[in-house]
Amino acid sequence: MMGPASRLIRGGNPQGAKPYERFLLSPTAWGQLPAALQQETALALLGLWADATQVHACFLHEPGNEALLASTPAAGWNYAALSPARPGAMRFERMILELWGHHAEGAVDLRPWLDHGRWNLRHPLAAKPIPFAGEAPQPEFLPTVGDGIHQIPVGPIHAGVIESGHFRFSVQGEAIVRLEQRLGYKHKGTLSLMLGTSPRAAVRYAARLSGDSTVAHSWAFSAAVEAALGVTPPPRALHLRALMLELERVHNHLNDWGFVCNDVAFAYPHARCGLLREGVLRAIAAAFGHRLMMDRVLPGGVAPDIAPRGTEAILAALAAVEAEIPVLMQIYEAHASLQDRVVTTGYLRPDLARAFAAGGHVGRASGRAFDARRLPQHLPHANLHFDVPMLEAGDVDARVRIRVLELGQSIALVREILASLPAGELMAPMPARAGEGAAMIEGFRGECLHWVALDDGGLIGALFPRDPSWLQWPLLEAAIEDNIVADFPLCNKSFNCSYSGVDL
Amino acid sequence: MLWPKLARALFAKPLTDQAPLVPQETVQALGERMAVTSRARLGRSLAIREVDSGSCNGCELEVNALENIAYDLERFGLRFVASPKHADVLLVTGPACLNMREALERALASTPEPRWVVAVGDCAVDGGVFKGSYAVENGIAAVLPVDLLIPGCPPSPAQLLEGLLSLLEAESAKK
Repeated sequence: MMGPASRLIRGGNPQGAKPYERFLLSPTAWGQLPAALQQETALALLGLWADATQVHACFLHEPGNEALLASTPAAGWNYAALSPARPGAMRFERMILELWGHHAEGAVDLRPWLDHGRWNLRHPLAAKPIPFAGEAPQPEFLPTVGDGIHQIPVGPIHAGVIESGHFRFSVQGEAIVRLEQRLGYKHKGTLSLMLGTSPRAAVRYAARLSGDSTVAHSWAFSAAVEAALGVTPPPRALHLRALMLELERVHNHLNDWGFVCNDVAFAYPHARCGLLREGVLRAIAAAFGHRLMMDRVLPGGVAPDIAPRGTEAILAALAAVEAEIPVLMQIYEAHASLQDRVVTTGYLRPDLARAFAAGGHVGRASGRAFDARRLPQHLPHANLHFDVPMLEAGDVDARVRIRVLELGQSIALVREILASLPAGELMAPMPARAGEGAAMIEGFRGECLHWVALDDGGLIGALFPRDPSWLQWPLLEAAIEDNIVADFPLCNKSFNCSYSGVDL
Repeated sequence: MLWPKLARALFAKPLTDQAPLVPQETVQALGERMAVTSRARLGRSLAIREVDSGSCNGCELEVNALENIAYDLERFGLRFVASPKHADVLLVTGPACLNMREALERALASTPEPRWVVAVGDCAVDGGVFKGSYAVENGIAAVLPVDLLIPGCPPSPAQLLEGLLSLLEAESAKK
């Protein structure tokens, strides 16, 4: 069933994007989109980005699990803002203004985001960037009014070994009244480096968008390129990608579970999870020659093949993990000092998770079931057997439990994949020609959405890699309200959003 | 029950790996560097402040892994501290993003002398794949005085450990 926004988008001019069609809307039609979106809440905004002349949005029709894209020319550098209808659009609109110079009319918030005034140019991805030399402006934070409110600035350099970003807490007594994030410290100009290169050269940047999700992002990028060119990777390559994706989920979930326990000063699970994860990483290194599996997924397939003794090593490491999960879960549940800190802490309301279309453990711990592995395009997962666990509790504990449940599912998936690994080629030949494609791959954090447009020479003409964290970071600001400052690290770890992934 | 597990662990064999061998040429070069800058000896213990200048977070994963019980960094007298004010070593990852430049300079200014600056990962060495972008400095050396490079994308915990141990050996060799 189509609502008014879906009808409006499908009334646009189809552009031949694969497998999700992209419709070009006139500025007038796009201008009607915010009102139509308010009437059709089932159409979730997954991403908003631009190129030198157009603004693009990706939506998910949630009842049918169908994605579609909409674009509009940025006429006179302006386009109608979607943020009044979809709060998740806010940070994208700030980014679009800074990177491409397109102005979102009627936007909720257009304060600087990635551009801190430190680069020697403005609008680096516009057709003609503007040279810039001047003082970096002081950041502006949203005001907080009330008795005895004080601010705690934290970062960009944090106390732990974590990524760089700034958090501004407004605090009343012990309680957090407002948290505002200021990211962008890790902006590396990744998109500018990818533009104009071949997919084969660009994939190493996708692999380094967020190192913990290197498999998911390099697969999503490669799958977008393959969709654009109508190439299907060989079955063995798809299976090996799925194997690496699930191993990535296992090592990250183990890491997060351990660190959540560490953040409440409960050392034992942290020590055990760390050791189990180390075992998994060593098995991965034995199988694929790199502990994080960087640069293993390439457009067209994978390289190199799994090492002869790799299967054995992976199965042994996962057997150790599987044997210890119930033991660790029993300890996790039996200690009141630990449960007291995680249960009801950092509660994320299900309606907010839906409004932002939050994926991964953040969405699935707050009642939003979406998992990109359920999409028919997500091969070979569409032919494999697994459950997608979902909870409604929305607290730190629920986000931990989703991870633990997913660990079990991923271990079973790895066994199924290894048992049914087809023989044959690892790479399909990649033609150099024009095309446009998009893909979603479910990383450990949620769906990694990549969109790529190739020019006539087969080089990257436009692209956007959307990390799931874009839609999760703003929710951390909501989940932390009324919690105590001391619980922030715990809540932050339970979300574990990527800084690098959104700083681009 | 947790207590019986902890009690058993007291009498079990350690799960920790053996220490890696340290390349003597690195130790010698570091020792000479220290003599040239006439740094006082820091003792057989180093406090490390990790700073991310814009990594992809791959390096952070491997630096964090140094603290797991397989590598157990603290047995060597190496430990991570929460502030550069408490640090003997600044361990810096990432290509030095322009947006992090001021924070890096302030971190260095807060780190008491004598101190070491270690660039970790290919990005920190020369910008790595991000070399030439409008938003990066092409490596830490453009902002901070670097004493030791640990390349790799990302360097493994074993490689990181080797580098950090060579700092310790360089110090004890210069009594």
